[in-house]
Amino acid sequence: MISVQSADFDVAAEYASLINNDVDAGAVVLFVGRVRELNLSRHVTGLLLEHYPGMTEKALEDILEEARSRWQLLRCRIIHRIGPLTLGDQIVLVGVTSPHREQAFAAAEFLMDYLKTRAPFWKKEMTEAGDHWVDAQEKDIASAQRWQ
Amino acid sequence: MIKVLFFAKLREQLGCEGIEMDAREVSTVAELRRQLIEQHPRWAASLDDRNLLVAVNQTLAKAEHPVGVDDEVAFFPPVTGG
Repeated sequence: MISVQSADFDVAAEYASLINNDVDAGAVVLFVGRVRELNLSRHVTGLLLEHYPGMTEKALEDILEEARSRWQLLRCRIIHRIGPLTLGDQIVLVGVTSPHREQAFAAAEFLMDYLKTRAPFWKKEMTEAGDHWVDAQEKDIASAQRWQ
Repeated sequence: MIKVLFFAKLREQLGCEGIEMDAREVSTVAELRRQLIEQHPRWAASLDDRNLLVAVNQTLAKAEHPVGVDDEVAFFPPVTGG
């Protein structure tokens, strides 16, 4: 299931619904990305997340489908926040369950790598020196290429 | 008509969220980009950026991808979510 929302999310509640009534889910991997203060040696005070309504949801569905075709997954969850965020705020959650830990770890990493390079979100960073759009990182592109 | 959208840094550079284009003289993404620059010369530098991504009807597409009546075409910088 996918959500693109401005509201915060509750990791405990997401965990509970990932495992609810499922005794086959021997492995659960949850990843949460947060707004951190130091990015590429800039002191960040906040972020603004823009997205392309409609395409974002479609891109995330495609990424989930791709993960399901590669690994044995029981349940998947992606939440991505949009709008203004402040230091320490949660930005993104990826959760997967599987009978096997290797599958769950790999799928969660794949979902984050593909989300970062294929889903139409853009970050604008607020810093003491002013606001600017974040550039795409070579290392994120390289991480996503591992799966091809 | 073709609905053209711009996002993030590109939207700010152009000072425009989107416009409608006559579909009759445009058959590919590359031609659409050329037409946009022809009609808005001030946009040339921003729209010529080779790193820009394009989506046709909300799916990533290449320059030679066909476009036509009622299509939605979006131009945007490389994505930076997550």
